[in-house]
Amino acid sequence: MAYSKKVIDHYQNPRNVGSLDKSAPTVGTGVVGAPECGDVMKLQIQVEGDRIVDAKFKTFGCGSAIASSSLATEWIKGKTLDEALAIQNTQIVEELSLPPVKIHCSVLAEDAIKAAVHDYKTKQALEAKS
Amino acid sequence: MKLPIYMDYQATTPCDPRVVEAMLPYFSESFGNAASRNHRYGWEAEAAVEQARERIAALIGAHPKEIVFTSGSTESINLALKGAAQMYAEKGRHIVTCQSEHKAVLDVAKHLEMQGFEVTYLQPDTTGRVSAEAVAAALRPDTILVALMWANNEVGTLNPVREIGELCHAKGVLFFTDATQAAGKIPVDVEADHVDMACLSGHKLYGPKGIGILYVRRKNPRVRLVAQMDGGGHERGMRSGTLNVPSIVGLGKACELARLELPEESARTAALRDHLERRIFGELDFVYLNGNREHRLPNNLNVSFAYVEGESLIMGFADVAVSSGSACTSASLEPSHVLRAMAVGEDLAHSSIRFGIGRSTTREEVDFAATQVIAAVKRLRELSPLYEMALEGIDPKTVNWQAHH
Repeated sequence: MAYSKKVIDHYQNPRNVGSLDKSAPTVGTGVVGAPECGDVMKLQIQVEGDRIVDAKFKTFGCGSAIASSSLATEWIKGKTLDEALAIQNTQIVEELSLPPVKIHCSVLAEDAIKAAVHDYKTKQALEAKS
Repeated sequence: MKLPIYMDYQATTPCDPRVVEAMLPYFSESFGNAASRNHRYGWEAEAAVEQARERIAALIGAHPKEIVFTSGSTESINLALKGAAQMYAEKGRHIVTCQSEHKAVLDVAKHLEMQGFEVTYLQPDTTGRVSAEAVAAALRPDTILVALMWANNEVGTLNPVREIGELCHAKGVLFFTDATQAAGKIPVDVEADHVDMACLSGHKLYGPKGIGILYVRRKNPRVRLVAQMDGGGHERGMRSGTLNVPSIVGLGKACELARLELPEESARTAALRDHLERRIFGELDFVYLNGNREHRLPNNLNVSFAYVEGESLIMGFADVAVSSGSACTSASLEPSHVLRAMAVGEDLAHSSIRFGIGRSTTREEVDFAATQVIAAVKRLRELSPLYEMALEGIDPKTVNWQAHH
């Protein structure tokens, strides 16, 4: 299978690889996928106010999965939570020129963003209660 | 060193230059139809075909008259399984095979099931091997055919062909074995091994693509098949169609070379394979051998690199051409059915790579490949959330994953 230049670029030079402190109240962590499906994405956000000031990822998956999550971290950095939630997988497909067989990678990246935001909001709600 | 280094010899092999040279006169000079009995052109072609038949027979311990030319192993498997099932349907309608066979066997078996045959799909052990005891337990009074491969194309595991053959002969059941990966790599002797039918393909042993054979035993027992291709009655009526003389000559030459060079070549490839294996297992943690350490092809190494997905790994060492058992390399989205049958977890199946050592592989190439793959695994593990978990002492297997596809 031939990969697009952008997929290869993200694969060779992934942006924002790493981990944030998942116990910190200002960090939201989303882990989606499953090893037996061949993809697991972990995407983390650091939030100040309602703005994402930092994002990190680690991905087990094919080149397109790595590129989708790398791109996702790039896009959400500096965005508000609502702006991040508005990112659609189809935008990732378009940006990376993903073939139909790789669309699930973009879906997973969208899910990872949503899961990270959800985790952050859940933590904040718990903080507010205590 | 020519890049990318080819290490996918179980998929196909290059034509040996000596094979190409042997074939050349049969395209435009000695171009006759081997079935033409009335002139020199036909006689020359026929003589070349008969010489090739002898060379092929010599490689597998058969009689030249037992060799039926086909377009390759897929066709041979269709002819053997469908042809025997249809011929012996009166005797019984039960067939025994295995879950880790090549798709060509499994798909033909499914086709026969739709035609009213019953098929038992044995599960191999975790190394990919089927024991003669397991076959014995599956046999029934109405079993007409056992179809089990000699060597597995993904993991290189060898089945105990001789024991299975002896069992089948003792029970009066026909035994077909797919020798596509075995022929030319390990000694194959259809007589000593009690094989009734076997197939091989030219392109797996440095011959041309699009040519192969089916070995069909002539006596003890005499195997009869219903032809799957009707026409001029070539190949003892089992496979009609004008013989592909240049390719047959090429296959003959390839088999002769394979037979003469087998002892040396098998030891040489095994030594290189062992070197590759030692380097990978010595320099990486969480790596697993898929297959059988004792009973395996000399030129095959299948390894799972835990916590790294196969396709991304292959992308990471683009200068080495190999295959992965991961679903992402195919359109099916299902990982290797062979590894699944061996009960290798799907996570490890997605992480598997098959390395093949071939006739032209050098130690320098093996070292280059080892260095590349080790570096790629290390880099991708830096990106892997599963490796991070493993280092934290969490087994990703114990996590309740929310699978969504």
